[in-house]
Order: sequence, then C-alpha cells, then structure tokens
Amino acid sequence: MSLFVKDTQEPTVRSRSLRHNLFRRMQDNTDASERTLISPLTLQRPVSRTLYWLVFILLALFTVVSLGPVYWMFSGGLKTSSEIFQTPPTFWPVHAQWSNYVQAWQVMGLLLYFTNTLLLALGAVILQILVSATAAYALSKLQPAGKDVIQFCFFCTLMVPPVAYLVPQFVNISNLPFINVSLVNSWSGVLLPEAANAFNILILKSFFDGIPAELSEAARLDGANSWQLFLRIIIPLSRPALAVVTIFTVVATWKDFLWPLLVLSDSNVQSLMVALYHESQPNAGLPFNYFIAGLVMASVPPILLFLLFQRQIIRGINLTGLKG
Amino acid sequence: MELHSHASVSVPAQDAPPLSQEGKEKSTLQRKNSRSRLQNIMRAIRRSWAGYLFLLPALATFLIFVWYPIVLGFVMSFQNVDMINPPAWVGWLNYQRVLSDPLFVIAWRNTFEFTIYALIFGYIIPVILALLINEMRHAKSFFRLAFYLPVMLPPIVTVFLWRWIYNPDAGLLNSLLALLHLPAGLWLENASTSLPSLVVVATWSAAGSTILIYLAALQGVSATLYEAAEIDGSNLWQRLWNITLPAIRPVMLLMLILQVISTMQVFVEPFTITSGGPQNSTMTILLLIYNYAFQQGEFGRASASGAILFLVLAVFSLIYMRITRNFMQGD
Repeated sequence: MSLFVKDTQEPTVRSRSLRHNLFRRMQDNTDASERTLISPLTLQRPVSRTLYWLVFILLALFTVVSLGPVYWMFSGGLKTSSEIFQTPPTFWPVHAQWSNYVQAWQVMGLLLYFTNTLLLALGAVILQILVSATAAYALSKLQPAGKDVIQFCFFCTLMVPPVAYLVPQFVNISNLPFINVSLVNSWSGVLLPEAANAFNILILKSFFDGIPAELSEAARLDGANSWQLFLRIIIPLSRPALAVVTIFTVVATWKDFLWPLLVLSDSNVQSLMVALYHESQPNAGLPFNYFIAGLVMASVPPILLFLLFQRQIIRGINLTGLKG
Repeated sequence: MELHSHASVSVPAQDAPPLSQEGKEKSTLQRKNSRSRLQNIMRAIRRSWAGYLFLLPALATFLIFVWYPIVLGFVMSFQNVDMINPPAWVGWLNYQRVLSDPLFVIAWRNTFEFTIYALIFGYIIPVILALLINEMRHAKSFFRLAFYLPVMLPPIVTVFLWRWIYNPDAGLLNSLLALLHLPAGLWLENASTSLPSLVVVATWSAAGSTILIYLAALQGVSATLYEAAEIDGSNLWQRLWNITLPAIRPVMLLMLILQVISTMQVFVEPFTITSGGPQNSTMTILLLIYNYAFQQGEFGRASASGAILFLVLAVFSLIYMRITRNFMQGD
C-alpha cells in the first residue's frame, strides 16, 4: 500500500533538482521494499506472532555476541589496573576511572598520533579524489582515443589485492626508479601507493556516466572548456559520490595498519594504529587499562563517522559490493 | 549472389590493359586511405589531449605504484635482493628454496584451513541473519547497526580486544565458561584451537558488512512475486526456496569468491595475536612472506612466494570477473 504512495510521489521529487535526482538513483538499493517473505496478514496469527518474537529474541542474543566485546572494551577502559585482571570480572567497573583516558592520552602521547592520522586521512582524501575524479571524468566525458585500453588497465588492478605485491612495493618506494628517492618514513610513501585506487575511479565513473550528456553539451556551447566543465558542472553535481569516496578513504586510512607499519618506522611520523601496535609490545611497559583506554579512543572516530554517515556508507557498500 | 560473382569475374576478363591502371589507382587510393586513416588517428589524438591531461595523474600513480611493482615482483623472484648489494640473477633458485621450505607447505595448509573455517562460520551465518533481520518489523535498523558496529572497529583494536578476551587467566571467555561451570581453555596457546580462535575474530569483525550486502540484495526481491506465490497457495519454505534464494543466489556466489579472496590474505590476526605460533599453527602465507622479507631480509624469496600467492589469487579473481560479467549480462 505504502509502496503505491511512494510511486506517486516520484515525479515531484524528480522535478526538484538534478542533484537530488542523481542522489536518489544511487539510493535505490537502500529503499526498503514493504513486502517480505512473510506477509503482514500471516503475522497476525498467534502462532506466527510467537514464532516472530522467538526469532526476535534469537537475533537479540546474536546482538549480544556482536556488541558484547565492544561493551567489554569500553567498560574495561574504565577499570583500575587490578580490577581489569580480577576473576571473576566485574560487569561494570566498581569505581569508573574516567581519568584512565586522560592518563592514556598523555602517557602514549596520543595527541601526536591522532594528529598524524588525521593529516594522513586529509592527504589521502585530497590525493585520491584528485587522481580518481580527473581520471573518471576523462574516461566518462572526454573519452580520449584509446580510452577503452586505459580503462581496462585501470580496472584490471581491481583483481590484484595490494598485498600480492607488498614486498616489491616496499622495495619500490625505498628506492624509486630513475629518481632514486626513498619514501620510507615519509607520508607520501603511505599516500601515493594508495592514491592508485581503481575502486574510486569505478564509483566516480559510473556516477559521472549518469550525468546527462545534454548538460555538458550545453556548457560547451556556452564556451566552457574541459577544465571549467569539470569544476563547475561535474564536480558540484557529484557531491553524493564524492562523499562516498571521502568517507571510505577516511575510514580506510584510519584503519590501515600493515603498509604504514612498514613505511613509517620513525615514531614521530607514525599513524595511530602503528603506535598502538608498538604500545602493545611487552617491552612498552604500558599499564593494561591505559592500553585498553587507548583502544577505545582509537575506535571512537570511525564509529562516530559511521553513525553520522550511515546512509552514505551503506550506499557505498552496496555500490562497491565490498569494502567497509 | 550468383549474379555478383559472375560480374566480378567477367569485368577483368573483358579489358585486361586497364587492370594495371585500375590497380595503380586502387593502390594510390589505398595509400590515400591509409594516410587519411593516419591523419584521422592523429586528429583523434590531437582532439584527445585534454582527456590525456586529465588522465595523467592516475596514469602516473598507477604506473609507478601498481604496474611497476607487479612487474618488479616477478623480476625480483628470480633475483637475490637484500636491499644492500645490487640484485643478482639466480634463476629458479628462490622458487626451489621456497617450495622445499617445510614452512611454506604449512603456511599454505593453514591458509586454506583458515579459509575453510572462515566459510563454515562466516558464509552461511550472515545469510541466515540477513534473512531473519529482513523479516523483522521492529528494531530492524538497530539490528543492522549492532551487527555492523564490529566492522567499524579498526583491525588493530579488534585483534588486541580479542587477545584480551582469549586470555587464559583474566579473559572474558574463560570467565564466562567458569560462570557456566565449563572447563577453561588455552585458546591461543593450544595448537589445535589457535587457528579456529583466530577465525572467530575474523568472522566477528567481517560478518556485519556481509549482512549489509545480503540485506540490500533481499530488498531488491520484488514484493509482487511473494504476493503472487502466496495467492497460488505456496508456504513459507516454498517461497524461500523458489523466490528468495534464487533472487540472492548471484550475490551469494559473488560473496563466496570475495570471502575466499579476502580470507586468503589473512595477516593482522596471526601477526599480532599469535605471531604465527604456537608451533606454526597460525603461520599463514602472507605472514610467511612478511617474515621472509622483513625478518630475514630475503626479498627475493619473499617475492617468489608473493608471485605464487599472486597467481593463486588471480585464479579466484578471474572466476570472480567471469561471474560478475555473467551477473551483469543476466541482469
């Protein structure tokens, strides 16, 4: 019934604005269909209702498995160093030690690592959007001669996970060909290899393909050159797709571990995850409750990002089929 | 057809001398054609310069940081590379040494074992959970959020959280078992339970994104099909087997290949939680490559095993590409 109502609303939404229209198209997958396996009518029967609530309880139990460890970490960060090792453990800390967070922040010098990671994320977003949006625009709108070959070369790399060439990549960045420059211990060593991201090109290209050709033709008639068309028409219209790329890039940079571990050996330039790994080593001598508090603080930004941008993230997952 | 062949045969037979002239004309025409074709190509390239300029940043980064290291990896697998002396060619020696290394066999066996366990835990459960969540009329978005939350945790946080949970003395798992009067386990210290314990960690942190993908696929199943089937008197199982599962089968196939590809790259869990132990029971292929290169400084040997991993992953990727293409065509 409500499905019918939604259909009649469609034209008014369409006429609102083009960007909104494109935005909606990307959202198609996230719209819930009203009718599922079990019809609403069946659910009114007492037997079905009981079954339904049994399934509900089962799912709730699974939720405990899923959320329990996260809760355990958050409450562990508030325990004293003796309470955290106590058996049997306390469900909620007897005296919540909020000072743990302040102590952990100072002892581990987290300000430096948070700043480093934020700057890395910022650099990654700028670099990846610059590289991917220009390429996607060229492939989608400018279509230079031989674009099919170039496109194939880009998208082929989707089949090769970066860890498959981890070792040669490290040899590569520690002595770049011809210019003999080493990117070890520099952020560009982390950022540049990740800028070659075919997923971003794929997402942006498929979005650009959806922008009607009449628009770019009209802009051309008005005397816009390729660069103006890109900056004034394509980029402003593509904000939803750029948002998806941005959020994914920030989250991926925040979580990234293996490559920064290899590249950033100097503790001043390390990212948060690499620093946490070094703090976990037995010789770091960090009180365990402080370490757990550090883990909590490291997980707050991506969780906040998810809560704030749930729609975009879910849409992005549906678009790419993986990542996350 | 017959008429055409007759004409083409009869024309050269009638006047022989002009043939050469005609041929000359033809060849100049051809030359003209080829010249104009060349000109066309030149014109196309000239017209495309803006496009190439926009492609330049991506082409440069892909060339230096993707295509070149891939080629370099295969080159290095035939060299002795220690990052100090200039590389020396050694033929198939790296491959021979890798293949005769007992750890290499153990690492592949563990990696496949990990993949199979990960499929047992992590393949069917997300499908069932997504099917159930999709039927919920209450708290649907809460469930989605609750299952997705572990995905948002950075892997480093996840692994250290779980190392603590598995701790034999103060860990949550043994404490809970004690509460239920069940025997405690040495989860990570025992060679027979260490690998499955890591699979639980990997599944816990990845199931949420799989569930989201299945939920999206389930929302694409048309409501009218269900209604029509119900009017025809089908029961719940018939609808599940004949409508729901066929509708999400392509996605299930894709997820199968994707999960195989991603679990074969398992690294962070064994690297941080168990360092490959105890008794190499959690030594995976990527961890072995890491150890070859960054512990023993044997970059050539690491590249040789990397090349083998590359080929194995490429096979699965090709299967994936085939399926996606069929999937797109079938759509």
